[in-house]
Amino acid sequence: MKLTLRVWRQKNADAEGAMSTYEVDGISPDMSFLEMLDTLNEELILEGEEPVAFDHDCREGICGACSLVINGDAHGPERTTTCQLHMRSFEDGDTIDVEPWRAAAFPVVKDLVVDRSAFDRIIQAGGYITAPTGAAPEAHATPVPKPDADFAFEHAECIGCGACVAACPNGAAMLFTSAKVNHLNVLPQGAPERETRVLDMVAQMDDEGFGGCTLAGECATACPKGIPLVSITSMNKEWLRATRKAAKR
Amino acid sequence: MARTVWDSTVGKKTVMAVSGLVMLLYLVVHMIGNLKIFFGTGEFNGYAHWLRTVGEPFMHYEWTLWLVRVVLVVAVVAHAVSAYQLSRRDIKARPSKYVHKKKRASYATRTMRWGGIILGLFIVWHILDLTTGTVHSGGFETGKPYQNVVDTFSTWYGNVIYIVAVLAVGMHVRHGFWSAAQTLGAGSRTRDRALKTVANVLALLLTVGFVAVPVGVMTGVVS
Repeated sequence: MKLTLRVWRQKNADAEGAMSTYEVDGISPDMSFLEMLDTLNEELILEGEEPVAFDHDCREGICGACSLVINGDAHGPERTTTCQLHMRSFEDGDTIDVEPWRAAAFPVVKDLVVDRSAFDRIIQAGGYITAPTGAAPEAHATPVPKPDADFAFEHAECIGCGACVAACPNGAAMLFTSAKVNHLNVLPQGAPERETRVLDMVAQMDDEGFGGCTLAGECATACPKGIPLVSITSMNKEWLRATRKAAKR
Repeated sequence: MARTVWDSTVGKKTVMAVSGLVMLLYLVVHMIGNLKIFFGTGEFNGYAHWLRTVGEPFMHYEWTLWLVRVVLVVAVVAHAVSAYQLSRRDIKARPSKYVHKKKRASYATRTMRWGGIILGLFIVWHILDLTTGTVHSGGFETGKPYQNVVDTFSTWYGNVIYIVAVLAVGMHVRHGFWSAAQTLGAGSRTRDRALKTVANVLALLLTVGFVAVPVGVMTGVVS
C-alpha cells in the first residue's frame, strides 16, 4: 500500500505545531497503524530527519499508552486501540490525518505525545481502596452478587487511554472518571470510601480543567473498551447520593 | 452543600436539569392553555382571567400567577447562568480544534447553546409583546388576550419569530429532557429507549401544540 500521511509535528510544548505531509510506500495491510508509523520513522531517520514522536507500549490493546486521532476519530475508524488498528482498514492511496489528543488538560509534549498525568491525579484522588489487600483472598470470603461483579468488571476494563476526552467536544473526562468510580463503588471492597471517592474524583476532574458533560455521547462511541454512556448517569447518581449524605453530617 | 453543588460541573448540570424540568412542566401547561383559543373568544379570555383567580379565596387575586412568575424567573436565571458558566468552561477545555473535522453528535445536541440563546431572546420579546404589550403590533388591551394573539399573528414577523422559537423549543426539549434524566441519575440501560421516546414525544407535542396557534390565525380558523 502507498499512503499519504498528514501528521501533526510540534517540537515541544511551547512550539507552534503544524501538519506535515509524508509519503509512505510498501505498507502491508496486515501491519498495525503503529507499525506503519515505525516504517515512516525508519525512513525519516535514514533521511536524517527527526522521527515522529508517538506514545506506545504493550501494542496488545491493554495498556492504554497509544493514542492518536486518525481522520478525526480517536484511535481511528475501528472500535479498538490504535495499536490494534490494522492498515487493512484503509485503502491504497488514502490520505490519512494523524493528530494528537486535543484537550486543555492534555497538553502536547511533542508531536503526537500528550501529557495524560491529569488522569493519574484523578486516580490518586480516590481510585483505590484502603482495605489492606496482601495475597489474593479466599474467593468466598466476600460475596459479590453476579450483576455487581459484571458491572464492576465492565468498568474495570477502562485502560485510561483518554480517547473519551479526545472525542468529547468539551474535552470532558466524565466517561473515564465514571468508569473508575463505578468500578469500585459497586463492590463491597470499595464501600468504605463510596462517598468520598466520587466527590473527590469529580472535584479533581474539575480542578484539572476538563470540561463538563453535555451528553453528546462521543466518548462512548470512541471508547476502545466499550464503556457505555450510561456509566456517566451512574456516576451522577453516586455523586448526588454522596452530596446528600455529606450534607446530613 | 450548596457550595459543593455550585462549584462542581456535575452540580451545575444538576441545577440545569432541575430548572429545565420546571420550565418544561410550565411549557406543557402553557401549551394546553393556549389551545383554548380554538374554542372562541369567551373561553380563551375566560381562561386568562381564571389564571389570575387560581387559589382564591386562600390566595389574593393574581398571587398564584405572580408566584409562578417568580419560580419561572428563578428557573430561567439559574438555567442560563449555569449554561453560560459551563459553556465557558467547555470551550476553554478544548482550545485547539482538530484539523480533520467530523460531524459530531445529533443536530439537537449541537444546537443546545444557540437554541438556548434564541429562546432567551424570544422570552423577552414574547413578554413585551403579549404580557406588557410594549412591542405589540396592534392596539394592546389588557384582559383581551384573544384579540392580542390574533394581532400578533397577523404580522409576518410575529409568525416568523414565534415559529422559529417553537422549533427551537422542540429541539431543546428533545436533547434536554433525556439529558436531565441522565444528570439526575434516572437513566439506565433498560430505561434508555423509554426516556428517548418520552423526550421525542414531548418535543413533538409541544412543537405541534404551540405552532397550532399561529397556523390557526394564518389559516383563518382563529380570527
